Amino acid sequence: MTNIPPHSLNPNDMVAGFVVLILCQLAGEALVGLLRLAVPGVALPGPVVGMVLLLVLLCVGRKQAGTVISVANGLLGVLSLLFVPSAVGIMQHGELIKTWGFQLLVAVVASTLLTLLVTVGAFLLTEKLMARTSA
Amino acid sequence: MTGLGQIWVYLAASPLTWLAVTLLAYVVALRLAALLGNSPLANSVLISATLVILVLLATGISYPTYFEGAQFVHFLLGPATVSLAVPLFRNLAAVRRSLLPIVVALVAGSLTAMGSAVAIAWAFGAPLEVLASIAPKSVSAPIAMELAKSLGGIPSLAAVLVILTGITGAVVVTPLMDALQIKNYAARGFAVGLTSHGIGTARALQVSDIGGAFSGIAMALNGAFTSLLIVGLLALGWG
Repeated sequence: MTNIPPHSLNPNDMVAGFVVLILCQLAGEALVGLLRLAVPGVALPGPVVGMVLLLVLLCVGRKQAGTVISVANGLLGVLSLLFVPSAVGIMQHGELIKTWGFQLLVAVVASTLLTLLVTVGAFLLTEKLMARTSA
Repeated sequence: MTGLGQIWVYLAASPLTWLAVTLLAYVVALRLAALLGNSPLANSVLISATLVILVLLATGISYPTYFEGAQFVHFLLGPATVSLAVPLFRNLAAVRRSLLPIVVALVAGSLTAMGSAVAIAWAFGAPLEVLASIAPKSVSAPIAMELAKSLGGIPSLAAVLVILTGITGAVVVTPLMDALQIKNYAARGFAVGLTSHGIGTARALQVSDIGGAFSGIAMALNGAFTSLLIVGLLALGWG
């Protein structure tokens, strides 16, 4: 018989952890809504603001952080899966892809490579300059 | 046969079927990637989405019908994005030490992401609405769609380009950085998060925890910076 492992996380704690994530997202959406009233046209996703809010919560209340961290690790473990529905959406744009596909693919691939190189280069160069000035 | 046909008509209309197909495609993609020695080229988003698209084309199911089932998976992107605070929190000391490199790489990378994509597409003779759609390709889809709209682009095309940029970055980052012998995983993670938003961050998390943390912060900062830059330029009456 196969061994059934014990619960790694109490089910109630799992719900509590998920509630914290959802509430952070909800508060993030609310803040973005307020921001858009002040600065129309600005685009910031609620979940990203929610991420900052959770970071603040984690820094402030370390005691209760355990359950949120377990649930968050679970979700991050399948982050790739969560992008599949949006990626399948590409199929709706057959016409656009037929007309502009090749040029757009070249532009995307070349620009992606260039951006990776410039970003990593700028990061490492700044670190090197900092090390030199502090030495 | 008509009996089987009726069952299919019933199943094809059920969201459960498309939720199952999405999960199954992911499981198959993971197995396939394992068979290929978890090569970075065997990206799980790329393989899963290709499998699902093949099934949908073979069965003639439309994307909106598919999405009724897939939305339950899609919905979890919100809480998962919030969850990125956890690796960030774990590596907060390293992030604090790297504030200056982060700011410099953010400005350089963000401008390169927008400028190079627009310049290459322009050189190919792409029309203005396509240029406006490719400009925000390195930020996550909801921001990119909004920015493309305000620039006079096509939001749905922007979403496609965002996904393509995400997959491209996730596939090339490991071989590229290894070839250049860059062993600083904070810098590697920051680059892939800035370039390829959440899909890049999913890849960075597979490679290292500190890379995942820097990738998450790069994604958030580039989203905010790109948005402020474009909104600012529009406010100045450009475009």
